Amino acid sequence: MSRRACPRCLARSWLLARLAGHLDCERAKLEPLLALDDEDLIAAVGGRDRDRVAAELRQRRGETRPGEPGIESICRCEDQYPARLRALPAPPAVLHVAGGLDRLLAAAEADPVAVVGSRRASAYGLQVARSLAHGLASAGLTVISGMALGIDSAAHAGALEAGPITLAVLPGSPDRAYPREKRRLHGTIVEQGAVLSELAGQVAVRRWMFPARNRLIAGLAAMTVVVEAGERSGALVTARVAQELGRPVGAVPGRITSRHAAGPHGLLAAGAHLVRGPQDVLDALFGAGVRTVGPDSRPELSRVQRRLLAAIEDGSATPDALAQAGLDTDRGLAAMAELELGGYVRRGSGGRFEVVP
Amino acid sequence: MLVRLTTFAIDGVDPRLVSVEIDIRPGLPTFTIVGLGDITVRESRDRVRAAILNSSFKFPDTRITANLAPASLRKAGPHFDLALALGVLAASNQVPAAALSGYAVFGELSLSGEVRDSPGALAVAEGARRAGLVRLIVPECRAREASLVDGLHVIPVTTLDAAVEILRGAPGPPLPARSQIRAAKPAAPDLSDVRGHSIPLLALQIAAAGGHNLLFEGAPGTGKTMLARRLPSILPAMNRREAVEVTRIHSIAGTAAGELVTQRPFRAPHHTISPSGLVGGGSPPRPGEATLAHHGVLFLDELSEFQRSSLEALRQPLEDGAVTVVRGQSAVVFPTGFMLVAATNPCPCGFAGVEDRCRCGEADLRRHRRRLSGPLLDRMDLLVGVQRPTEADLAAPPLCATDQARRRVAAARERQHRRLAGSSARCNGEMDTALVDRVVRLDGSAARLLARAYSSGALSARGRQRVIRVARTLADLEDSEPVRGDDVLTALSLRQRSPGEALAA
Repeated sequence: MSRRACPRCLARSWLLARLAGHLDCERAKLEPLLALDDEDLIAAVGGRDRDRVAAELRQRRGETRPGEPGIESICRCEDQYPARLRALPAPPAVLHVAGGLDRLLAAAEADPVAVVGSRRASAYGLQVARSLAHGLASAGLTVISGMALGIDSAAHAGALEAGPITLAVLPGSPDRAYPREKRRLHGTIVEQGAVLSELAGQVAVRRWMFPARNRLIAGLAAMTVVVEAGERSGALVTARVAQELGRPVGAVPGRITSRHAAGPHGLLAAGAHLVRGPQDVLDALFGAGVRTVGPDSRPELSRVQRRLLAAIEDGSATPDALAQAGLDTDRGLAAMAELELGGYVRRGSGGRFEVVP
Repeated sequence: MLVRLTTFAIDGVDPRLVSVEIDIRPGLPTFTIVGLGDITVRESRDRVRAAILNSSFKFPDTRITANLAPASLRKAGPHFDLALALGVLAASNQVPAAALSGYAVFGELSLSGEVRDSPGALAVAEGARRAGLVRLIVPECRAREASLVDGLHVIPVTTLDAAVEILRGAPGPPLPARSQIRAAKPAAPDLSDVRGHSIPLLALQIAAAGGHNLLFEGAPGTGKTMLARRLPSILPAMNRREAVEVTRIHSIAGTAAGELVTQRPFRAPHHTISPSGLVGGGSPPRPGEATLAHHGVLFLDELSEFQRSSLEALRQPLEDGAVTVVRGQSAVVFPTGFMLVAATNPCPCGFAGVEDRCRCGEADLRRHRRRLSGPLLDRMDLLVGVQRPTEADLAAPPLCATDQARRRVAAARERQHRRLAGSSARCNGEMDTALVDRVVRLDGSAARLLARAYSSGALSARGRQRVIRVARTLADLEDSEPVRGDDVLTALSLRQRSPGEALAA
């Protein structure tokens, strides 16, 4: 059964796509608009097209159309519709899913965690997002994010490293990678997890769809963690929606001088959970110490390797780290490769190594 | 009367025998040159006439026809002048025609009758030797270069008069003494003034020892170019055959000054270079930078700034060690056996990895990486980050002595020659997959580490080959026959990031 959506809800989904351009002009008051029912929405933003759109809508409600190939849909009239989403002021009428609808529903029933952040992120932010998602996935949680450049993709990548499933919520049609650069990641998530969206079909991505998508991420997730975000980042929309739903919000601290850290620090000042690693997320979700991340599965380190790792942790450039550990170049590079293979460090740009938390 | 004498045309970097035929017969005074010459060959008429008249000879007032055979070969350049002038003099009985046999003649004339410098003398000498000629008349400044060919009597001349005297039986002057130009040339930079940079120095030695292509990555001003320039100083010395080959190419290109070139070439073309400037082209085809770097180093600074088409053009020469340039009806093969060293900023702003100075987002990084031609990166065995040396590094003595490094490199090459004898590769960097499987012996820990790195996803199949090649060179530098675990580890940390890793960059 690939279609578990009623014509009325599908017509609503079509209507949003039909009015996409109109909605973009009114995106400042998006949330009240999305909460309107179909006729009021047409009246509010339809403009000159009002009558034509209303007529088309009535026609669509009366007919059953074949779905897009490769996309499964579920509407809010169904019992299996993710319960958490119903808490939203305007839950999406239909979820269009590429990948596995059943995988999505199963994951949404458990306690998925959203890991979100800005597209322009620092190496530190990417590293943290990746290892945080990795740790959460290892602990058996599903990671949700938006597949955007930067933090979002790093979170998906980290989750996929640890386990098969991750959920991506796209602004446009779920069978089309957005942004295009993430085609490969999109393909992997469709294959192993699920990609979902409120819209489907030939719909161009518009600016209002991003905050609309962010509310879905917050709605699906049991907890939302912001890794890096500027003061006006969309990730903060996700965090605000989560707060309004009364769900826990976490934030990863950064340097106080970094503009990437302004968003999370603002959230922390407003009482968000401090997230230093996957354990902090588990504590916030299930209570302190109820569930724990597995022990570090990485190999034991020798004394020299520990010294080397400490030198890199202190922020030394590579040659200095070698010198501080008292190694010559050959043996130092060998030790560095061992740390890398063991998953303790990762090679960054310009020959620098970064510590994997 | 008809006379015939021999000279050579330069076809790419190879000599082609050209026989100059001069026919003089009564008629209206004209002088025509036929035989597919370019405009410099046609202008030769006026130079030859003036040179003859200014050298106390008579220019025959008859009908003169000169043919450069074979007529199907395109001929370019002014170095047919001397042969044409001597031919005209012989045909008009001012020089004994019989004396011309056994001579090859080569040189450009000035209007006053002086024989001017002409590039390509070594190639001509090789051609003369191959054609069985025993005597070669060349401009004096190119005589030492031409005399690099054994078994050929090279006669240096400075004027048309002197050339005629030789043909009339005068003894040839001795070869000129070594020129002073060489002594004045500053020594190529070596490792003695490099402070810090321990990892790049190791990488340079590996690259030199195994003939591996090398990519430096680092912020602006960290010393990428400085390091690359020092690579030739630790490369093994060229053997005579290589040196003669390099001299021939540089003589034709006009970049060598009439002596045997003993320094390995280092070419650093600017990033605005066109594809034909890089691999050779033009009409007639001239060697490009890749050929000028034959047996030496081709250095591409700011790799991401090069035109994509230029970098793509470099792929096949890099793979095959030669490039075929086809222009019109002629196809010319240029040798391109160079080592490639490239340098690039880690990101568009150049400061990736330097705390908080980099302002590039993931999209910028992607664009930057896309600009680096994928297939070209695929040929890079070593990726080395270059970082600013610290204050302490600058105060410390240099880490590496040039002589010592050169000896290590030479010894490592020696080991490779023995191992690779009879195969197509000359050094580890040239080994293909089949050869790697056949000749590289990994010890137990090396094999285990490689398997672990491969299964963890840190290596692609091709990346694995690269790591094995580099590890082989490291073992050669340490004089070890099996490749050991430490060699594999060091090679792993000098490898390129695989595409999956680029995300976190």
